[in-house]
Amino acid sequence: MVKKIIMKSYLGLVLLFMYLPIIVLIVFSFNESKSRGNWTGFTFKWYGELFKNSQIKEALYNTLLIALISALIAVVIGTFAAIGIHNMKKFRKTVVMNLTYLPVLNPDIVTGVSLMIMFVFIGTFINMKLGFFTMLLAHITFNIPYVILSVLPKLKQMNKHMYEAALDLGASSFYALRKVILPEIMPGIISGFLLAFTLSVDDFVISYFTTGSGVSNLSITIYSMARTGVKPTINALSTLMFAGVLLLLFIINIRSSKENKKRNQFNS
Amino acid sequence: MNKKWVSYPYLIWMVIFIVIPSFLILFYAFTTKDEQGIRFTLDNFYRFCNPIFISVLFKSLGLALLSTLVCLIVGYPIALILASKDYSKRAIFSMLFIIPMWMNFLLRTYAWLTLLEKHGIINSVLSFFHLPAINILYTNGAVVLGMVYNFIPFMILPIYTVLMKIDSKLVEAAQDLGGNGFTVFRRIILPLSVPGVMSGLTMVFMPAVTTFVISKLLGGGQYTLIGNLIERQFLTVYDWNFGSAISIVMMIFILISIGIMSKFDEDKGGGAALW
Repeated sequence: MVKKIIMKSYLGLVLLFMYLPIIVLIVFSFNESKSRGNWTGFTFKWYGELFKNSQIKEALYNTLLIALISALIAVVIGTFAAIGIHNMKKFRKTVVMNLTYLPVLNPDIVTGVSLMIMFVFIGTFINMKLGFFTMLLAHITFNIPYVILSVLPKLKQMNKHMYEAALDLGASSFYALRKVILPEIMPGIISGFLLAFTLSVDDFVISYFTTGSGVSNLSITIYSMARTGVKPTINALSTLMFAGVLLLLFIINIRSSKENKKRNQFNS
Repeated sequence: MNKKWVSYPYLIWMVIFIVIPSFLILFYAFTTKDEQGIRFTLDNFYRFCNPIFISVLFKSLGLALLSTLVCLIVGYPIALILASKDYSKRAIFSMLFIIPMWMNFLLRTYAWLTLLEKHGIINSVLSFFHLPAINILYTNGAVVLGMVYNFIPFMILPIYTVLMKIDSKLVEAAQDLGGNGFTVFRRIILPLSVPGVMSGLTMVFMPAVTTFVISKLLGGGQYTLIGNLIERQFLTVYDWNFGSAISIVMMIFILISIGIMSKFDEDKGGGAALW
């Protein structure tokens, strides 16, 4: 009994440690005063200001656009790459998989500076400046391995004779890919897309090194604000985004538990 | 079935954006540019042998190691508690440790400023209970706290995943053979959880060594870790050759540290023999 109480309070304490800063952020998004730490009264004005602040709106636009495009491109390249890797012979597979793990294991700062060096290097030959496009290329690069790593397990689970059976039944290889392989590995593709999207939204370090003057995403905006003081508008925006994610999670949970129930009824 | 070609776009992409940049960093680290043009040299590495830079390197490694150990000591019991919950609660509680990561980490770290300030929230609460105030902001303590706060989920989740996979029959068998709670933990659970601990250690240690954001926000503007040194070389001083050399030295030390850690993994008794 005592053991149980100790366990519960320990878990509670660590969870408090995890959530304390988030609670502070959310509470201070409703704070009248501009300076952090001084509670002067309740207000919604920062939420209203959110829609007027062009700097934040542009940063949000860049963040979401880059996340969406980079996740989509990474999913296309990564899914095909996974299918190819799955069919490789042992030795080549090992080499390619090591290459795939490299950006996952490399520290962000090293990936960031190496990409920055290369973009500047290329920029001396063709007219390419650091900015939106280079940041997008960097995001695609660090997203692809995560797509591959979520699609590959699904390919391994798949019955390998199904594709051959489809070909024997007269399907063209493209038709078989579309009708047999893709539906089988769809869960992996979707989780890869979601992972890529969130990683891209969250990224700071790599974006920081690969962007140029004038183009920034939310993380970079927050970082540059941190020196002079983060405005409560950013708190308001993060609160909204956080609430959005929680809501999405809630809906997914309810839907999947409903589906499970249906399946159980069907089975019994 | 010959579908290898579908991975070629990926391979080309990786060569352009991963392999070539890696070689460019090596190239910059071993070269210097002066009036006579670009020439090969080890000067960038000699420059790093300055006591100031060496002390920054060891400070970064030391603080990262300390944070990793704190994460392990705090996180392991949490993983144990999570794994001991019944099935329906497990998912909820492990989710509770993932959810914070969906809020921008810069903002979450920044929020600690509000909490830790001299007249901040924590000190207000402490003074309410007539407890002594803590002033750790802009010190090593705050940086370690920031690292632990940001990276502890990376310690808890791998250990939890491994603990869940342990066959409960093994634990029951040990209990039937007369092992008490501590013996079962020491002889069964701990050795079997070593792979999770290893990946946790790597996943915390690596970002902790290389961070420049946490040190800048919670350590103050003058606070320097190896990550800050690299960032400054690339974005303020524009000495890319020296910056690349520092990056390579840092990578070598990270690889050595991970190598030492995985040594413990190989002789499986290693972890348990410490007890």
